[in-house]
Amino acid sequence: MLSLTDTTLAAAPATDTAPGRVLVSMRNVSKLFSNGTLALKDMTLNVQRGEFLSLLGPSGCGKSTALRIIAGLGEPSTGSIDWPSSQLDSRGKPKGDIGFVFQEPTLMPWATVFSNVYLPLRLNGVSKSEARPRIMEVLTSVGLADFHKAYPRELSGGMKMRVSIARALVTKPKLLLMDEPFAALDEITRQKLNDDVLRLWRDSGITVIFVTHSVFESAFLSNRIVVMRARPGQVYSDLPIKTSLTRDSHYRTSEEYRATTDTVSRALQEAIEIGAAGK
Amino acid sequence: MSDAATAIKSSEAGTDSAVAIVASRTSMTERILRVVIPVAMVALAIGLWQLHITVNNVPHYIMPAPLTVVTTLFTDWPTLYPSLLVTLRVTLLALALALIGGVGLAIILVQSKWIELAIFPFAVILQVTPMIAIAPLLIIYIKDPQTVLLTCAFIVAFFPILSNMVAGLKSVDHNLLNLFELNGASRWQTLIYLKLPSSLPYFAAALRIGGGLSLIAAVVAEFAVGSAGRGSGLAFRLLESGYRLNYPRLYAALVLLMITGVAIFALTSLISWLLLHRWHESALKREN
Repeated sequence: MLSLTDTTLAAAPATDTAPGRVLVSMRNVSKLFSNGTLALKDMTLNVQRGEFLSLLGPSGCGKSTALRIIAGLGEPSTGSIDWPSSQLDSRGKPKGDIGFVFQEPTLMPWATVFSNVYLPLRLNGVSKSEARPRIMEVLTSVGLADFHKAYPRELSGGMKMRVSIARALVTKPKLLLMDEPFAALDEITRQKLNDDVLRLWRDSGITVIFVTHSVFESAFLSNRIVVMRARPGQVYSDLPIKTSLTRDSHYRTSEEYRATTDTVSRALQEAIEIGAAGK
Repeated sequence: MSDAATAIKSSEAGTDSAVAIVASRTSMTERILRVVIPVAMVALAIGLWQLHITVNNVPHYIMPAPLTVVTTLFTDWPTLYPSLLVTLRVTLLALALALIGGVGLAIILVQSKWIELAIFPFAVILQVTPMIAIAPLLIIYIKDPQTVLLTCAFIVAFFPILSNMVAGLKSVDHNLLNLFELNGASRWQTLIYLKLPSSLPYFAAALRIGGGLSLIAAVVAEFAVGSAGRGSGLAFRLLESGYRLNYPRLYAALVLLMITGVAIFALTSLISWLLLHRWHESALKREN
């Protein structure tokens, strides 16, 4: 299951600034909440197709808000979200193009694993018999095919998260949005899930935006890290992450990984200091 | 459960898959004791009652012995049975109407806060007005005593069902609502696939409360309204037997009411178990 077809990042789609490669862009997006908090101010971000982009920053920097606005959960106060080459539905959202993984597994406790994963297809009018092969395929890809009849309460935290990922992927979205998905998991489970997400990304060519507050997680997963600052939430630095090594357990202990985490940590530290100073 | 347990062998399920919970089996002794203890306690209480009557030679117009009550239950069955049917009919019909009305109105109320603001005062007024005080009024406006009983039982059972369902429909996981919105779910789909299932625990509570209340209300309303001899329910039999100092029959009617109440409780508990036992904490055994 973990045999990697693409072994190096160089083989994966690299960052490209050509306009045709942009999947979604945030243009001067600001978000003012009704309680007066300015969560985002003039944030501009172009997300390339096939990119694994991490949004990294201290809590309160608006990274989750940015993710939700991209998903269409809540409108930006000013600015816009553009999908240059996607078909939009009547609400101006790309139809079926977004998978979202929340911080909690957010499964329906009354429904089996199968029914939980079926949900996005069911809401789009796909019949159960039609959906079955796709559901079993995506459950197999997260290693849970044998558990399709289980209820969420029978699963461990990591397994619930896998179901949540399967549900996000079942519609074959172009963009997978993940909002600190593994923050509540133990380190070993988290590493295993990181490996799996990386594999799914490589195998499917999907674009991922991954919100995290972990330097190590973002450095391990991403080929681009966008560090954000708080007060107001903005992009502080945009770091391409290149490596010739395979991102596996050996990469975690490599010199190159250490150097990357150093760079990212420094950028994050600066972002935190600037945010604290409120400059 | 057994699927999950055997599937742990799957090597692809991740490092944490072995954490899957396997149901513990209740031991045979515990299962037997669960039935024996409550039955034995009730039998003991009845035995003490019989003993008290026999030893102290209590006359049956003060308090009948359990054996006398049982005998009366059989001899007076032709009188009691039709009354039982009347009370049962009022109770179950009122509960059914209260469930349909309560759930239906709750669904309408949660659609918009304006509808809720407009309708909720009436529901509250109806709830806080003592039913026993308005029952004599109702008999003036509604001529048929049976309909009055039904109306009273309905009013009493309706409000707890309504307020439980409103609370249930509102306490939906916000992230699940977000998920439905992301997938372009219609209002109807959100109701059917998310709001109604997630309010099932509230519905189960409403059902149990409503079931008990509609029986109590059916009896109390009959005390207040009476039934003029025709189509009399068990409450009328209670009053009648009291006036005639026919205490064995009064006790027999009481026993029938108790059995009805217990049966309704058992039935509503069974329904709520069927609805929840696969997933909800309230119906699950603790694993530690």
